[in-house]
Amino acid sequence: MAPAASLNPAPAHSRLFMSGNDAVARAVWEAGVRVAAAYPGTPATEMLEVLSTYPDLYTEWSVNEKVSLEVAFGAAMAGSRSFCAMKHVGMNVAADALMTLTLTGVVGGLVIAVADDVGLSSSQNEQDSRTWGRFAHIPVFEPADSQEAYDFALAAFELSERFQTPVLLRLTTRVCHVKALVTVGERHTRPAAGFAKESSRWVMVPGHAARRLPLMFEREQQLAIAAAESSLNYVEDGGDRRLGFIASGPACMHVRESFPDSPMFKLGFSYPAPIERLREFAASVDRVVVAEEVEPLLETELKAAGIAVIGKDILPRIGELAPNVLKPAIARLLGEPAPESSVAAPLPVFPRPPTMCVACPHLGVYYTLSQVKNITVSGDIGCYTLGAGHPWNALDACISMGASMGMALGLDKGRGEADADRRIVAVIGDSTFMHMGMQGLLDIVYNRGNVTVLLLDNRAVGMTGGQNNPGNGRGIHGEEAPRVDFEQLVKALGVREERVHVVNPYELPTLFKRLREETKIPEPSVIITNQPCVLVQDYQRKSPFMVEEDTCTGCGNCVDIGCPAIHVTRRDTVLKPNGKEVARSFVRIETAACTGCGLCLQPCAPKAIVPASVAGKVHVLQPH
Amino acid sequence: MSETTNILVVGIGGQGVMTATEILAEAAIALGHDVKKTEVAGMAQRGGVVSSHLRFGQRVLSPQITPGTADLLLAFEPAEGMRWRHMLRPSGQALMNVGRLTPPVVDLGLYDYPADPIAAVRAAGTRVVAFDATSIAVKLGEIRLGNTVMLGAISAYLPFSADVLEAAVLKRFAARKPALLELNRQAFAAGRAAAEQAAAHNTDSAREAAVPA
Repeated sequence: MAPAASLNPAPAHSRLFMSGNDAVARAVWEAGVRVAAAYPGTPATEMLEVLSTYPDLYTEWSVNEKVSLEVAFGAAMAGSRSFCAMKHVGMNVAADALMTLTLTGVVGGLVIAVADDVGLSSSQNEQDSRTWGRFAHIPVFEPADSQEAYDFALAAFELSERFQTPVLLRLTTRVCHVKALVTVGERHTRPAAGFAKESSRWVMVPGHAARRLPLMFEREQQLAIAAAESSLNYVEDGGDRRLGFIASGPACMHVRESFPDSPMFKLGFSYPAPIERLREFAASVDRVVVAEEVEPLLETELKAAGIAVIGKDILPRIGELAPNVLKPAIARLLGEPAPESSVAAPLPVFPRPPTMCVACPHLGVYYTLSQVKNITVSGDIGCYTLGAGHPWNALDACISMGASMGMALGLDKGRGEADADRRIVAVIGDSTFMHMGMQGLLDIVYNRGNVTVLLLDNRAVGMTGGQNNPGNGRGIHGEEAPRVDFEQLVKALGVREERVHVVNPYELPTLFKRLREETKIPEPSVIITNQPCVLVQDYQRKSPFMVEEDTCTGCGNCVDIGCPAIHVTRRDTVLKPNGKEVARSFVRIETAACTGCGLCLQPCAPKAIVPASVAGKVHVLQPH
Repeated sequence: MSETTNILVVGIGGQGVMTATEILAEAAIALGHDVKKTEVAGMAQRGGVVSSHLRFGQRVLSPQITPGTADLLLAFEPAEGMRWRHMLRPSGQALMNVGRLTPPVVDLGLYDYPADPIAAVRAAGTRVVAFDATSIAVKLGEIRLGNTVMLGAISAYLPFSADVLEAAVLKRFAARKPALLELNRQAFAAGRAAAEQAAAHNTDSAREAAVPA
């Protein structure tokens, strides 16, 4: 996915139907930002993806969030307005830079958009990024919808330059991926002020840092005054004074929807919190409920300030505070009957988890892993995490980007007696390897770990929509870019030449042989698979296949590949001459979806899978 | 219908659920409504469940439809219609494609596909109009016309004229794929006719028996 550069941005004063991500991108462009960087991650990805289609600014896909923040910070040191976007867990990677650049501060405005996955639509945890505001002593803005995402992003650049501080623009999935109408403005160009050498400010050795620390706390106090005066923080009055709400982010919308008559203190500039204004608000109503997603951060601060508020005592600590969550909790608080009791229960339906795509090059890898006995598979973040699911069940652990390497080494070094013969395999994709995997592999080599690494190079950041990266030789606009050579790279990290293999993952016998050999050899080895993601432009479709009904014996081997184009048409059991009952699954191939990768032919003993063109009816669809 | 109209569009990744909702949103915007649309899209490309919420009216606050308050449910796949039926208000209307898409967990024999999702939704007390959008699209020569067929089907149930929705469909294709303009016009009309016909014969459930995808 490579959006073309220099599209015509919609004119100023247009009213556009935009997602929160679209709106932030537009505001960043209008703010005169000159440098923007990000690593893709749901739900943040589209901010930079869309921004890359705007003219007159530099955008890049960085190799990870830490690098993206450092790039944006460097530009801010040089006096350019700059922007960086990431998903919540990305900040864990970037935090090392963040926790010190808060001491230096910035010259050009620096806004860091962090998108929390409240509700866990596509993430491994639900951490609350507002915590970073407290930890790094920087302001936090929390827009509630697309228009606010746009307005707050613009305001964040102003605040950033006024206080020479990075500003955290905290979004959640329910802002990033909600579309609503936004009125946009025009771009104002801002030339860079230029980098001014000042080692006491920019070189954070202990002596310099010690002098910056008090300045950071002074800044935080000034920010608290700014928050108290900010037009982003205001009271929406209401006639029902039994209960008032203090809310931020999308929770504001849910509160307004659910309790239109209750007063609400709407926090847009939420850290540092305008404590005294909140105290006044609390005094104006009988009781106050804090509606914040997801940790009780504000609640704890208000309680510490001696303000009696109710929060996570009655509201859940996980997930979104949607009306169907808020209403019953508040009804219980007020001693009213629960309003949602009349809602019907969902009808029972099978689960439909995400699957790997038809002909995905990872299918062969996980089929092979599922056939190899006595292995532990240390996994990573990407489409290939789906290998933990059916039918492969061939991924045993996954926590964070690049962790497959270190976990594999630990599984090796910390093995128990019962695991003495167990082989350790790590599986990681190209983009994740470049993000945080390389150091782990170096650690395996240096410390003589016995790990077989499967490096799945599909030339794309597949899970987030196939963004370009250093592995596919294309830049953010699809232009030619230097391409990393994984074979040379892993050799340079110290993996012996004989232990590095490049394998076509559609050739199952070769893959199986290599995996079996390498897991037996007690030293680090890397098997690189080299076929592209089926959703990117490098993928070439071939002629589809079909199943000859009369030839199919119902062995079900092809079903174990896990390709979603293979469907079981009927099942039965037969009694074999040896008295054993054998289950049979007869199949068909959804020819319209099949791209002819040929994986399923390989385990098909009776050769019942044949080119579909033989049947004379080919129904070819374009890939999405 | 209540002041805010709530439409839930459901299906599986790759079926065009989000595009269809986007077009419905564009129609509502053209009429001057405030509009919000939301979905969980992270894994949508991977054949997982997709549900897209559309709300429009004078002013829309929360983007999410609260369970039990959807006015319309547009289901691109029958089991998905069944999965989300509880989102409808008691007098809500379901419009369901009968074209089934079985997931790998069903093919592997780990779960059963419901015997008759349309009947199950009806048995739960919901009014259903069921039709074969998949076959209509395939007959028109392009399975991806399915979402235009679905839009044609819902067009008679909206609080605004079907012409507004058709115009939104055609505007989108005129801008992006003019070659497909006429086909989309036909798909919209066919969807509309199929829903009308299904509504007219709504007691004849045998007609709506499942058709393999």
